[in-house]
Amino acid sequence: MDSALIPEGAKRCSFPKFYMGIAVVGAVVLWGLLAWGLIYWKGLNQTNMNDYYGFALWIWADLAVIAVGGGAFFTGLLKYIFKIDELKNIINFAVIIGFICYSSALLILAIDIGQPLRGWFIFWHANVHSMLTEVAFCLSFYFAVLTIEFIPNILENRQANKVSFFHHLAHNMHGIMVIFAATGAALSFFHQGSLGGVAGVMFGRPFSFREHLNIWPYTFFLFTWSAAAFWPCFTLLVTKITETITGKKLVGDKTVHLLSKIAGWMITSYIIAKIIDTIYWATVTAPSLGFKWTHFYSNNALYGKWMLFTELILCGVLPGVLLIMKSTRENSKLRLLAIILGVIGVCLNRWVMVLQVMAVPVMPFDTWALYIPSWQEMATTILPVAYGIILIALTYRYLPVFPQEQELNYPVEEEAVDEPVVAPAAEPVAATE
Amino acid sequence: MKQEHNKAHKFGMVIDLDKCTGCGSCMVSCMSENNVPFKDDESDKKKSITWMRVYKLTNGKSFPDTEIVYMPRPCQHCGGKGDHGHSPCVSVCPATATDYGYDTGIVSQIYTRCFGCRYCMGACPYHARYFNWWDPKWPEGMEKYLSPDVSPRMRGIVEKCSFCYHRYQAARDQAYAEGDKDNIPEENYQTACTTACPAGAIVFGDLNNPEHKVHQIVKPDPHPDPRNKHVVGKSRNPKVFRLLERLGTNTKVYYLSDREWVRKQGDNYLEGEWDKIKNHHGDTSHG
Amino acid sequence: MLPFCFEWVWDLGHVLFIGGLLFAPIGILGAGLTYCAVKAAYETINDSGESHH
Ligand code: SF4
Ligand code: SF4
Repeated sequence: MDSALIPEGAKRCSFPKFYMGIAVVGAVVLWGLLAWGLIYWKGLNQTNMNDYYGFALWIWADLAVIAVGGGAFFTGLLKYIFKIDELKNIINFAVIIGFICYSSALLILAIDIGQPLRGWFIFWHANVHSMLTEVAFCLSFYFAVLTIEFIPNILENRQANKVSFFHHLAHNMHGIMVIFAATGAALSFFHQGSLGGVAGVMFGRPFSFREHLNIWPYTFFLFTWSAAAFWPCFTLLVTKITETITGKKLVGDKTVHLLSKIAGWMITSYIIAKIIDTIYWATVTAPSLGFKWTHFYSNNALYGKWMLFTELILCGVLPGVLLIMKSTRENSKLRLLAIILGVIGVCLNRWVMVLQVMAVPVMPFDTWALYIPSWQEMATTILPVAYGIILIALTYRYLPVFPQEQELNYPVEEEAVDEPVVAPAAEPVAATE
Repeated sequence: MKQEHNKAHKFGMVIDLDKCTGCGSCMVSCMSENNVPFKDDESDKKKSITWMRVYKLTNGKSFPDTEIVYMPRPCQHCGGKGDHGHSPCVSVCPATATDYGYDTGIVSQIYTRCFGCRYCMGACPYHARYFNWWDPKWPEGMEKYLSPDVSPRMRGIVEKCSFCYHRYQAARDQAYAEGDKDNIPEENYQTACTTACPAGAIVFGDLNNPEHKVHQIVKPDPHPDPRNKHVVGKSRNPKVFRLLERLGTNTKVYYLSDREWVRKQGDNYLEGEWDKIKNHHGDTSHG
Repeated sequence: MLPFCFEWVWDLGHVLFIGGLLFAPIGILGAGLTYCAVKAAYETINDSGESHH
């Protein structure tokens, strides 16, 4: 039915089957939209946030998707600046994942603020000292960059590409993609960091406060670093899921091993820095403010030392080591374990830096505050996930996303029988021409 | 003295915890003075709006040694590290919707500009900031009692104690009208909680003005604390302390108590630390 | 925030921050996209012109 839209030579499931699947996920989207509507209509009292938890599930989701969605930027950086050409096999997908993550982040922010119609005040009345201002600026513009990187891929759809204007537009955008990518790189660096800064500058919150290097708290650098370390895990995980669902191999082993190796070294170096930071905070910063570090991990039902252990060792050191060693890295089961642990680790770090910060009592007579999100919060947090699944499904079906799909799934003999194919589909989208 | 008056004001208060009976008059007067709305269900204290909130503290001992103290907590109008005006909340607000008044030391909240990101709430360790989770509502007829001097707040934004800024404006207007604009007499500008407290536990005034009672009680040290350069304005009165002073928030609300365990509740101390620093008060030159 | 508006201050923070993170990206992205679109429009017109001949 929609075969005219499907990339030439690609095999896709039947139209009804595909849209049945989309409908199921679409129901989840509707559920999310309902919650969103309720929140806009009735206000944030629909959530379980309170005056202790001004930041909660949403801000965590925001930080988490941005942390794992950094792949677009780093893949571009490695491919264009460090000339690691192997990454062309995954760059389209990384851009799509990035697009989904960043649009989700903006969407969640739009739901989260109490007066959405005033959202533009952050630009108009900008306080240049606030980390959140920096986040808003860079997030919005980096999202614009991602959209620009994504557009040529859309225009390469078989039908769109027949329109002369679109064909030329896509071509021209490829032509100056380096400029866009460089702008994106600068923005991405700043907003990853300033998201870390959001927690690190709060000097009224000894749990998240960190000493500064010039105007930047250490969390600024740790967040950038961790995003650079964990994006391959998420990109590989989503690729793996897509491969499982489609029943096809979409990215070659060489690329996968390379990404895993990058992740391994980056995670390990990050986790060393993070451990040093934690030790410094626990032995110098917190005590100077009158706190023993164990204060932050005791007398409550959830946040114990196990959390620290899980974040740093189980989901930090372990995946780092597993991905560094060739034998474990190239073992598909252990690799999968490592990338799952990695994704959990970075999400846990963001959780700790948002939710645990709010939970810890600071005044000596204050108490721990725990929180369970309401269904409206959960639905609006799952909404972007469902939307992401739909977008990935659509792009996979209609756009030439994976340049290696042909060679990995329909070996050469078959190709000889078919009409000449491949060429347009195999072209990496963000390649400079 | 003229010189002294030309300097910027620095309004602040000192609350005598030994006088406070925990009656809650300050809370009530604050709510009615500042048009704080009502909720159908006020049982969830993490969602009710109480610009002034009275905490109950105990010494943790069992009967018959139990002692209790009530601690009223308005917004502390932090001056931030080094008292440069970068309060925890002001420095983080992305839209400059909360601002530091360098002429008064008061931390303002601009209701029409706040877009409800709640970053300031996360940054404030005193929980002095409150979000309007609901549309503001008053019981039938009560809206007739609203003060015309204070704008009510809409849903989705943050509010907090303003040190009854409208009263400052009125006092300033009066001073202008009377021709001596620099001289706002102490009694002309007093917050609602101060005037409502039946025990006279709250003293409010200009910390920069030696003629004001609050200055005389607190005796703020104008120099940075030699032990912690971020702390300015430490009290030279051994019975006076501030909440979480070590964080460098430089609050303008001071507390007074004769009892050591009460003073110790004001901040966090490592084991054994309190005994070492409890006798350290403000400027070393004054002993 | 625009230069010369009432909140603007001529200090390093504002110039670097607003200039570098607001106006520079708007400028670069806007100019880049305009360039691509105008060039594509030009090429499209030329294409169709050629096909007519
Ligand atoms: S007490 Fe809280 S709200 Fe008041 S100035 Fe300090 S940080 Fe801001
Ligand atoms: S909630 Fe309002 S006052 Fe607080 S940081 Fe956000 S915009 Fe500023």
